[in-house]
Formats: sequence, C-alpha cells, structure tokens
Amino acid sequence: MRFFRNIDDMTKEKPLTKNIRPGGPPCNLLEYVESGGYRGLHKALSDHDHEEVIDMVVRANLLGRGGAGFPAGKKWSLVPMGKDVPRPKYVVCNFDEMEPGSFKDRFLAEGDPHQLIEGMILAGYAIEAEVGYIFIRRDYVKAARILSKAIKEAYDKNYLGTNIMGQGFNYELHLHVSAGRYICGESSALLNALEGGRAIPRSRPPHMSSVGLWGKPTVVNNVETICNVPHIVANGPDWFRELSYTEEGGTKIYGASGRVKKPGAWELPMGTTLREILEEHAGGMKEGFKFRGILPGGASSEFVTSEQLDTRMDFASMKTVQSHLGTGTVIVLDNGNCPLGMVLSLQRYFSRESCGWCTPCREGLPWIVQMLEALEEGSGTAEDIEILLAQTKLLETGNTFCTLAPAAMFSLESALRHFRDDFEEHIRLKGCSYRKDKAKV
Amino acid sequence: MLTGEAEMITDIERREIEEEIKKAPTKKAAVIDVLKVLQKHRRWVPDAALEQASDMLGMTPAEVDSIATFFSLIYRRPVGKHVILVCDSVSCWLVGYEDVKQHLMEKLGISLGETTKDGRFTLLPSACLGVCEEAPAMMIDDDLYTNLTLSIVDEILQKY
Repeated sequence: MRFFRNIDDMTKEKPLTKNIRPGGPPCNLLEYVESGGYRGLHKALSDHDHEEVIDMVVRANLLGRGGAGFPAGKKWSLVPMGKDVPRPKYVVCNFDEMEPGSFKDRFLAEGDPHQLIEGMILAGYAIEAEVGYIFIRRDYVKAARILSKAIKEAYDKNYLGTNIMGQGFNYELHLHVSAGRYICGESSALLNALEGGRAIPRSRPPHMSSVGLWGKPTVVNNVETICNVPHIVANGPDWFRELSYTEEGGTKIYGASGRVKKPGAWELPMGTTLREILEEHAGGMKEGFKFRGILPGGASSEFVTSEQLDTRMDFASMKTVQSHLGTGTVIVLDNGNCPLGMVLSLQRYFSRESCGWCTPCREGLPWIVQMLEALEEGSGTAEDIEILLAQTKLLETGNTFCTLAPAAMFSLESALRHFRDDFEEHIRLKGCSYRKDKAKV
Repeated sequence: MLTGEAEMITDIERREIEEEIKKAPTKKAAVIDVLKVLQKHRRWVPDAALEQASDMLGMTPAEVDSIATFFSLIYRRPVGKHVILVCDSVSCWLVGYEDVKQHLMEKLGISLGETTKDGRFTLLPSACLGVCEEAPAMMIDDDLYTNLTLSIVDEILQKY
C-alpha cells in the first residue's frame, strides 16, 4: 500500500492519518486510545449536550467529503430533536466508495477503524440517534474484516451498546456489506438498499433528515466526513479551522492516479493547490509523458488544464475554474492517452451504472456511449459533436432524479471545452490517432 | 461443473437464512444477505432456491428477483469456480486496462461475461475497485491483485 503521510513535513498536523501505518497493520483499540482516541467521545458524553456537539461541527465548517461539500453540521441540525420525534433515528455512513479514481475512504477505514467508529458514535450522540449503519461495498473485503473486528472491540469496551462509558447514552452500530452497483453511493438509493429494496434514488422532499431510513430521521455522511468528527470534538472548532489554508475547515485526503511518478494519497491542509498535489506529492508526470489535463475530484468532476493548476483544492475555489473538488482524488490525463478515449471509458462506466430509474440517464448515457464509439471508430460526424453538446444540457441537474447523469456530463462537457480539437481530429482522420500509433504510448 | 440448478434449499442453507432474517431489523432488509447465503453454497442463485427464499423473506419471487438482478455481484446465471472481476474504470484504463483485459480474454478463451469450458473462471468487468494508486487491478473471489502486468496475470491465474 502506498500511502504517504509526508512524514518529513511535520509543520502541519495530520489528525486523520496520524495512526495510519502505510503497508502495516491497522491501528488497534489500545493504540487508538493511547493516541487520544475516544477522548472526544468521553468529553462529549460528559460535558456537552447534543446541540453543543452539532454546534461545534457547524463552527468547524466541516464540508461533506463525499463530494457534494454540504456542511455536515447543517445537515445534522436539520434532524428533528426532542422527545416527540419519530424513533429510532439513524446515522448511516456511506462507505460505498465506487467513484472511479477515489480510494481515500478505504485508506482511512483500513488504517484506523476506531476513528470511524468513534465518529459514528459522536454523530449518533449529536442527533440523538439510536442506531448507526456503516454501508460498505462488497469488494472492500479487507476493510469489512477490519471494521467488523473493531466494532466487536468497541462493544466489548462499552464504547457501543447500552449506557456507553457510564454516561447513559445507548447506541448500536451495524456493518452492512452490499453487493455492487455505483448508485448505492447516492445517499437515498443507499437507504433503499439498506431496507432491502432496489437501490434507486428517492425524490426529495421529504428530506432524509426527517424521513429517511424506514421513514425515520436519518443523516448519511461519508467516511472521511465522519472521521473528522472525533478531532473536532476533542480539539475544538477553532483548531480544526486552523488546519486549513482556506475558509473550509480541516485537512483533506487528496490522492492521485494515472501516469504520475508516485500515485498515492496524502493528508494535506484543505485548500492545497492542484500544482502542489501533482508536482510535489505525486512527483509529477512519469518519465516520457506530458501533462494534458486533470479530473480533480474523481470521475464526477470537470477537466482542468495546466493554466488552472494553481487553483486551491477546496469546494469554493474549484468552482471558480468550472470544476468540482468532488472526492479530492485527482485523475491525471497524459499525452499518451486519448482524451476522447478517456471520456468514453468514463461514459461507459456511468452508462452501465445507471439504475435505469429515470429516462434521461437510462437512455441518454448509452446514446452518448454510442456516439463516442462512432467517433473512436472513425464513423463520427461533426453533427455528433453538436448532439453531444446538446446531451450535456439534456442531462443537466433538474432533468434527472439524482446527480449520477448530471455528474457524468461534467467530464464530457469539459472535455469538449478543453479538448475539442482532439474530438474533431477523430472525424478528420476517421479514427483515433492514439490507437493507430500505439507506439507513441 | 456448474451446480445448483434445480436443487431445493438444503437444511444448512435454511438455517443460515433463518439466522440472517433473525438478525435483520425487518425480514426484507435481510434480502441481500439471504441471496449471499445461496450464492455461497451454489456460486449463483437459481430460480428454485430464489423462490423458496422469497417465502422465507415474506416477499414475492418477482420482488426478490428484481433485487437479485439489480445488484451486480449477485449472480442469477451460473458462474465458474472462480469469478474474476477486472476493474475497467478510468484510472485502470489510463495505465493498461485494455491490455490486461485482452490478455485475460485470450488466455482464458472467453469474452467478458463468459465462463471457461472447464467451469474454472468467469470473467466480469468491475466498477472501480478503489485501488487506483496501484492500477491496473482485478479481484479473483475475495483476493485483490494490483499493479498488474501481463506476466503477473499469468502467475496469478496459476494459483486457481
């Protein structure tokens, strides 16, 4: 496992990965407690009421790390509180991590499972939930094994169960191992899957905070989001905001894949620039390859090019370059790979993973794949490019049930913006020059 | 050989299914775990077993089938002794997925979605396996393999 924590750079705190041993065994319960773990939980249960915990997360400005960037504290504050609300309430951790290019949640859960568990308990305490679920994809066999052992340890030490740490709070935590399908990562589809149904998204309103799992108030948070919570509670929101270069609190697990020298993941201050991630941490391009573009936030983000590399990688800054921070795990396109081929790979993925519930996604994505294949094979026409552009509008947010299709359009639209010449070359040359001249790869 | 076609649920399966249902907050919530029990014993989920499991879940066979067919890692058709999931997502595509896929297909003599004649391997494309920093990648059953090259693939196949 290649997981660089920039151990040489001790000038910045790295709370999320301080216990993670690259390539080594997971941090066990004893080590976790010795490093200050479950301190936040004890502090919350003994000194703070529910509202105070929510308020800390609000003031920390922790934005959702699953890709949408919604403020976690605000999400929690929407949950109805008090004696007369429907129960049980639920906290669900979205560990479906199937976004192409993204592997950060696996690192966190495999390396330090109790950090995630403590975060889940704190989230439960904050919204007065009785039950938590960690929803994990089937392929994360190792992470599931590590988590289920850690959950048992936590029950044995009374961090889970009844009257936790003698402070009167009761909370159950379950691990649900899923069985495939990217759409399970859409939070409402995930709830349908947990209930034993087809994982199709729900229409909103009603919002899950009021009507979620089995119709009860529910919050769904990403693994990395939840992992931040123990540190916020233990060290306070001001400390958490100090970790960041920008207004958006905390550190961020960034990652890089593609033809770079050192693909991997790194915990860095939120707002680290794309250039620093690419050139310093990922070591720049592999020998013999040149940089062409980058998907900053996984498959569901827009290409940016070399002029935009000095942009800070946070949610607000990435919008200024018409892209998204997404999962913060960058995918690098080099000059040996065809931009159209890369977009085709992405669109095939989204097309296959569409749940088929709404028409624009179910019909539009396969159509796009067909047109890209035609261009790739050399039978594409100039009109195809216009139709592709029109599709990016037809599949926009507002026309579909969830964001799968609109997010699929991010890479297509931005590729047509930055690499239109490459698309047109396929028409002129009746095919792909990268394929014809594979020697150059 | 492919197994399980017309067989009824065995006593062991029945016990394991009952256990899954007992653990779940509602019967229906156990459906994925119940299908996994069948798949563990038979590698795939045949009609007869699905129908009996539906009764136990208090669901119609059509409803259970709609779920079984939705989730890509529940198999409603026979699969080989080992299932190869080859990651076809973008990070793997950038660093050699096409070559790995082509090599697997030639070596095994099958296309994606097919099973070798001796019933040893089924080859399926997979959603991003979440090991993009070590692409290209594949899984065989529960085992993950990364940084694949064609010769590494050959070595791995020998093990099964």
